[in-house]
Amino acid sequence: MGTLRPRGRRIQLTLRQRRTLWAYAFLAIPLFFFLAIRIWPMLQAFQLSVTRWHVDPAQRVFVGLHHFRQMWGDARFLQALRNTALYAAIGVPAQVFLGLGIALLLNNIRRARGLFRAIYFAPYVTPAVAVAWAWSYMLSPHLGVINSILWLVGIPPQPFLTSPAQALPTVAAVVVWQFVGFHVVIFLVALNSIPREIYEAARVDGASGWSLFRRITFPLLNPSLVLAVVMATASPSIGILQLFTQVMNLRMYDPGGPLGSTSTVVLYMYQVAFRRFDFGYAAAIIVVLFAIILAVSLIQLRVLRRRFEY
Amino acid sequence: MPRRLMPLQVASYLILTVGAAVMIFPFVWMLLTSLKPLPEIYSLSWFPRQPTLDNYVTILFRYQFGRWFLNSLVVGAVTTLSMVAFCSLTGYTLTKLDFPGKGFVFVLILATLFVPTEMLVIPWYASSVRYGWVDTYWGIMFPGMIHAFGVFLMRQFFQGLPSDLLDAARVDGLSELGVFWRVALPLMKSPLAALAILAFLGNWNAFIWPLIVTNRSEVFTLPVGLAMFSGEAGAHWNLITAGATLSVFPVLLVFAIFQRHIIESIALSGVKG
Repeated sequence: MGTLRPRGRRIQLTLRQRRTLWAYAFLAIPLFFFLAIRIWPMLQAFQLSVTRWHVDPAQRVFVGLHHFRQMWGDARFLQALRNTALYAAIGVPAQVFLGLGIALLLNNIRRARGLFRAIYFAPYVTPAVAVAWAWSYMLSPHLGVINSILWLVGIPPQPFLTSPAQALPTVAAVVVWQFVGFHVVIFLVALNSIPREIYEAARVDGASGWSLFRRITFPLLNPSLVLAVVMATASPSIGILQLFTQVMNLRMYDPGGPLGSTSTVVLYMYQVAFRRFDFGYAAAIIVVLFAIILAVSLIQLRVLRRRFEY
Repeated sequence: MPRRLMPLQVASYLILTVGAAVMIFPFVWMLLTSLKPLPEIYSLSWFPRQPTLDNYVTILFRYQFGRWFLNSLVVGAVTTLSMVAFCSLTGYTLTKLDFPGKGFVFVLILATLFVPTEMLVIPWYASSVRYGWVDTYWGIMFPGMIHAFGVFLMRQFFQGLPSDLLDAARVDGLSELGVFWRVALPLMKSPLAALAILAFLGNWNAFIWPLIVTNRSEVFTLPVGLAMFSGEAGAHWNLITAGATLSVFPVLLVFAIFQRHIIESIALSGVKG
């Protein structure tokens, strides 16, 4: 026994070392990708934001916070920033409450539930470029079917995307149409995870209808509600603060127009970087957006968690 | 009780049907328009009076939609393979193997989730110019080779896999690679399928990066090609909607087949991630 023990420990040690070697062998390529594709470029973005760009690396100059000061005097940036906030103010509540409403309705019915769920979810998986062009056609003032439908019910034709006043809400509506299904799915899962017994107990206690929803369903949905709001605002896939593809394609001949009324921060960043080739300023713009996204997500997580806590 | 529920159910079906019509209508309208000859665009007809496939022939053979379709397929296939291989490997290592530095690796990968793609496109572009990746498949694909979302999705599933099973395989003399490849992965067929579908859809639909890194129309992906073509097509909505239908239809087909799978994995990744 006395001689076996140290030997056993040595074998265990080498076993652990071998496991470690295997683990890092497994992780070598993935870690390289993460570092090369995500981490390193992120640091480069920060560095670019304080640099005056030049094609020749030797002529790039450190300019400190110059770009960030430049932004506050840049009317087009400020308009894009204001628009982005407006998109979020319209789009996020609309998506979340419509999603919740549809999920509650789906929860009421038995038959064809799966079919409805699939129909509401379908736009989420389809290419944003293609559906944006379909909407662009449907919303066109003279050839569009939406104005034909409005005419049938006696409403005069609307300018939609061609009017500075209507363009932004119209884009927001298309975005809501595409992403609402995501929220339906999230809320359906949450609704299904609420135990039936809770409802039965509450009914025995005399609760029904609205009070049942207000006192039980809504508080128990709180985590999903917080998640939905945070995702709708800033997730990589559907975050409205990163709105770009829809804006670009709904008005391809004049992205961000009319008169900059649909422009977003990401669209403006794209124009500064790839039309004016001012990479330094564009990087500063996107760094500011990154800071806003982080701050907004953290605030949402805090405020929403506290407000509905039971 | 059932009598009181009836009106509520009828109202639910009614509202849901109206809503579903709004969701479906753009797809139907896209398809119908793509079957109309140009004059019918201007006569504002509802149904194509003389349905034709000419629009599809035009975009596939007079323009490069066929090429763009193939480009998107190639890009989608390669990135999906890479995502499936590396995300499952990473997810497995982070859940089932113990090693020093694991916490750090975990945080590092988690951190990348918070960095929006839009923030990285300028550095990506600068590197692509430097290494000559502009207008190449690799240039389009490299950002999609791995994503933290897939790692955490696979991690969720591997957490449900009993470690005893893996230990038993180790006792039987399988190497760590053998345990992963022969024991763990075969039990993950359905999560892997879900990841593959989500990765493919994500890359098929991607727009901002392929738009930036391609200038030559030969290497456009379908969304970029569609956007560029439509931007110059004026009021040829019959051709534009044919192109849009071409890029939407494969997706809807995949969705129709794997609908349950896709929705459930989105729900899982959303609820837990």
